[in-house]
Amino acid sequence: MTIQFKDETFRDDYTFKNSEWAVNRFPFPFHEDSYMYSVNMEPHQSFRPGSVFEHRFDVDEHYLSEMRDRAQVLAEDPLRCQSLPHMTLAGWDLLELIMVSKSEDYPDLFQLNRDDNNWHWINKPMGIDQKFTFLDEATLPYGPMEYITRQTQGDFAVLDQRDDNLWMDAGMITTQADWSLDFDIGMNFFEWHAPVPKAHELGIFVRALKFLLNVQQGLPARRLNWTMTVNPLLDTSPENYSKWGVQKQELTLENMPDKMHLRVELQTFFRLPRSNALVFPIRCYLIKLGEVVTVPKWGRRLHRVLRDLPEELATYKGFIGNRPKIIEWLSRYDDGAPTSPGIWPD
Amino acid sequence: MSAGSAKIPVTVAEITPVTDLITRFRFARRDGGPLPVFSGGAHTVVEMQDGDTLRRNPYSLMGDPADQSSYSISVRRDDQGRGGSLFMHSQCRVGMDMVISNPVNLFALDLRGRKHLMLAGGIGITPFLAQIKQLAASNGRFELHYAARSAAHAAYADDLRAAHPGNVHIYHGDQDQRFDLEHLLDGQPLGTHVYVCGPLRMIGQVRDTAANLGWPREAVHSEEFLAPKSGKPFQVKLAVSNKVIEVGEHQSLLEAIEAAGVEAPYLCRGGACGQCETDVIGYDGKFLHNDHWLDADARASGKKIMPCVSRFEGKTLVLDR
Ligand code: FES
Repeated sequence: MTIQFKDETFRDDYTFKNSEWAVNRFPFPFHEDSYMYSVNMEPHQSFRPGSVFEHRFDVDEHYLSEMRDRAQVLAEDPLRCQSLPHMTLAGWDLLELIMVSKSEDYPDLFQLNRDDNNWHWINKPMGIDQKFTFLDEATLPYGPMEYITRQTQGDFAVLDQRDDNLWMDAGMITTQADWSLDFDIGMNFFEWHAPVPKAHELGIFVRALKFLLNVQQGLPARRLNWTMTVNPLLDTSPENYSKWGVQKQELTLENMPDKMHLRVELQTFFRLPRSNALVFPIRCYLIKLGEVVTVPKWGRRLHRVLRDLPEELATYKGFIGNRPKIIEWLSRYDDGAPTSPGIWPD
Repeated sequence: MSAGSAKIPVTVAEITPVTDLITRFRFARRDGGPLPVFSGGAHTVVEMQDGDTLRRNPYSLMGDPADQSSYSISVRRDDQGRGGSLFMHSQCRVGMDMVISNPVNLFALDLRGRKHLMLAGGIGITPFLAQIKQLAASNGRFELHYAARSAAHAAYADDLRAAHPGNVHIYHGDQDQRFDLEHLLDGQPLGTHVYVCGPLRMIGQVRDTAANLGWPREAVHSEEFLAPKSGKPFQVKLAVSNKVIEVGEHQSLLEAIEAAGVEAPYLCRGGACGQCETDVIGYDGKFLHNDHWLDADARASGKKIMPCVSRFEGKTLVLDR
């Protein structure tokens, strides 16, 4: 189908909304009526045409507005995009991966013509027509990672692999749920995961690292993660907490359907061939509670999951204070009927 | 997805004798399409249908990592080995269909390095051939020291010297030429990384000398693929899949698990990467640990085995697989 790109905001007047199309393809993260933290990785293979799992890099109706929001964040704070000097080759790897994937998956929107190292990239939605020399930074307006991630939804952590560990040595992080690239840059896997509750004890992280070190060329992986956000704010970074933290106080039963959002991250992992680095795209999907309950199965299930979630997880995910109100509102949409297994609408 | 890597169907495009022990094989995609680019130091796992046995041996990719038209490997004939190299030397023919894995790199260049000092012993030259092409394309600074038994055994030495005069130093054992490790490792510019690929003894010497000279551990990189050793046949019970399997004399435990139709993870198949680590549920007998992965504590615990290279002697072995 042709995507109708929307003109909307993720700040100030918050005009962000999902169309019915976007609601029905939303990556609802709960496959049953309860939730337990786990690594739950699966191969990132094309799955269910029309869903967010169909293509390597999903493009949806929020594309242009998200890219405009990213440009605004970067204008205010250029340190949201950083790349240590040894990561330039990984940046080219990422540019190649995205340009090749998007031009194959969305030929009507993106085109790539390659003649040896002379490349010609056309991004129709953004009105970009760029000729450049692959592997020659001087021929692009930005470094390769910044160039392509200014045109691709989602945050990107680019991880160097050495000493049996992964190092956060480059990234474009403007839509992140409460963590900071400027703080994490140069850290290894264990250092940047330090605040997760309990998981370390469970050995989950040791297993996750082993899995990630093993991600191979041609075999990307994915998982979903989730949290709750007041207002459709993409940029909930620690740098900006003073701006968005207070908004948590504004929630009422009346504004709940429009203000409270389920925020789902589609995290994928690709081995980058020339640099042997790993790229970790983190794509954020937002949905209003009012939109969630238009799918009766999701309304029932979200109520049960949030009601039964252990306190420490609700605290970690940052909505413990608002939980009673959220549950009260959602309970109106839970008649106690059983739900079908799996994440998709009935 | 943990079991092995994505597979690529290829055809043998060219076979070239290089020395009296080493032969080069060039593979092209069966459908004529481009192969994935890779990073210097990567290997591919070549599947060989040797009679009833399916062998999977890792070989370093030695061509230009940016060349997507074909992949090349060099195989040294090992007459004492279990047969993988013999299969390649005696049964592999131009035009033959084979299956190889996507590239996997366990010996990547550290791209932070301001200079790359490479030490190769014998067939250990192959990963460096690709790394040198990668560095040459990006004006990276390197210095190669390559030891071989004699001039006739020093595969690719002439090409290397011709292409990179001044950066390549060859040593011939039959003329008593040896690395002067102390001298080589001392006085390298700050930010140098050292890479060694060759026999185990050489890797040990480089690591020890570097440690004595105060090199940071993470600036020293090595790769050695152990060929799985042959040994007495033994029996194993696989608890999860509920099977009892027989490991043959010239078969590795990992190969026997695979032959029984049970998926098991691996990357290097040479005891180095840790991916095949398997929990032992019970045993009565003695482990023959041949890997570089498990430390002394893990070995003493009797709870872990690396099935790609390690074996067992005794009454019973039960694995969590
Ligand atoms: S497969 Fe690498 S250690 Fe066994």
